[in-house]
Amino acid sequence: MTIKGKAYIAGIYEHPTRHAPDKSTAQLHAEVAKGAIEDAGLTKADIDGYFCAGDAPGGLWPMVDYLGLRVRHMDSTETGGCSYLIHLGHAAEAIAAGKCSIALITLAGKPRTGAMPPRAQGAEADFESAYGATTHNAYGMCAMRHMHDYGTTSEQLAWIKVAASHHAQWNPHAMLKDVVTVEDVLNSPLISDPLHRMDCCVVSDGGGALIVTTPEIAKSLKKPLVRLIGHGEAMKGPRGGKDLDLTYSAGVWSGPRAFEEAGVTPKDIKYASIYDSFTITVLMQLEDLGFCKKGEGGKFVSDGNLISGVGKLPFNTDGGGLCSNHPVNRGGMTKIIEAVRQLRGEAHPKVQVPNCDLAIAHGTGGLLGVRHAASTCILERA
Amino acid sequence: MAEAKKYPAPQGNPETAPFWEAAKAGKFLIKRCTACGEPHYFPRSICPFCFSDKTVWEESSGEGEIYTFSLMRKSPTGPYAIGYVTLKEGPSVQTNFVDCELEKLKIGQKVKVVFKPTDGAPLPFFTPV
Repeated sequence: MTIKGKAYIAGIYEHPTRHAPDKSTAQLHAEVAKGAIEDAGLTKADIDGYFCAGDAPGGLWPMVDYLGLRVRHMDSTETGGCSYLIHLGHAAEAIAAGKCSIALITLAGKPRTGAMPPRAQGAEADFESAYGATTHNAYGMCAMRHMHDYGTTSEQLAWIKVAASHHAQWNPHAMLKDVVTVEDVLNSPLISDPLHRMDCCVVSDGGGALIVTTPEIAKSLKKPLVRLIGHGEAMKGPRGGKDLDLTYSAGVWSGPRAFEEAGVTPKDIKYASIYDSFTITVLMQLEDLGFCKKGEGGKFVSDGNLISGVGKLPFNTDGGGLCSNHPVNRGGMTKIIEAVRQLRGEAHPKVQVPNCDLAIAHGTGGLLGVRHAASTCILERA
Repeated sequence: MAEAKKYPAPQGNPETAPFWEAAKAGKFLIKRCTACGEPHYFPRSICPFCFSDKTVWEESSGEGEIYTFSLMRKSPTGPYAIGYVTLKEGPSVQTNFVDCELEKLKIGQKVKVVFKPTDGAPLPFFTPV
């Protein structure tokens, strides 16, 4: 049993806003849903499956009602920024099993307008909450240990931001459009050692949505065909404190599962959407997915290797979270959307990868240095 | 640097109450599974490794070394250093490093537990030896 080729992404929509104080969060969900449905050439009445995560106000009950959906399959898996990559895999499973035929996945929210509610805590609360783990320092702890174990440098991390900025200059919606240098990154203030301000992604309002459907329905529509051929998901935490190793992520499990199902290897990938909450997130995930050996990520990302038209692995050609947007502090949705644009040939001409027929979208969710999930999707132009 | 920071009191629950009672007496407890022999932290009643319910409380030496850390420079309550300590007994624990020059912390540095007061049971932190 596999989902390989059994589900197609027929509709995508990324909200152009980066600051939306005049809109409600539910409204943004509705706007991205409408955008994706129209992109697919469908109507709301066609939707029979709905997926949302913790950013959807009130979860499934109010959202399905607010949007006016009539669904026969729903899923509110919540794993932070990678929720939507997991939703895509779960939508494919549901479609393959006949539980729905046209699924809608939405993400939207306004962290730039106002602070997000704190993350819900589990059994660890009394033993961790006083220590002030935040995204910045949880990823800083990973970077610190990666540098210690493998000699990774701040200059190498900076190359990831530099590559993202080269792409963002062509994205009219990007929050940060200026091309930056390694020196610019190193000269930006330290936020949480060893991460500088420019190692961190932007905070933006916004959202995005996907329509996932059967091969038959996708072929009856007008958009170029993009299908999911491999999916993986995994979770990692300190697990009682035994053999703690913060230099790798749950991507070491989600990645191989997705590649195996797809029947391809990292060498075959023409374009990579890699969640870039911080520069270290990208570096560790590239290693964990097998684009290079563990510990060699610093060398791999240097000298423009991630810049489209320059390096061997074009990444985040919309400018990613580091430069374009990071709706609801969650990067998984926009990673899928830009990968679909590349496979459709709809990316900006300055960053479009020639003959892009195979792409990866991968992300983590939660705190990389504490507990997090990861999900990998391999997408193919059909 | 003065420790003006106020820390939240642990809420406690039946599973972890002995840990906080011991903390009031200045003792830092971990859990050990008598079926597989593995220690763990934070404490659970059922072993996260072999899933046996034969876990017992054990006083830790409170000594270990810094596995990693990050100095959080942007914070409304002032800079702080979060990190993990790998205890002599094995488990790594999340903590803050206190009563020291935060700029001089290093991976591998030897540290020991210190308790800081709250409105309830005290909380464990670590400081360089």
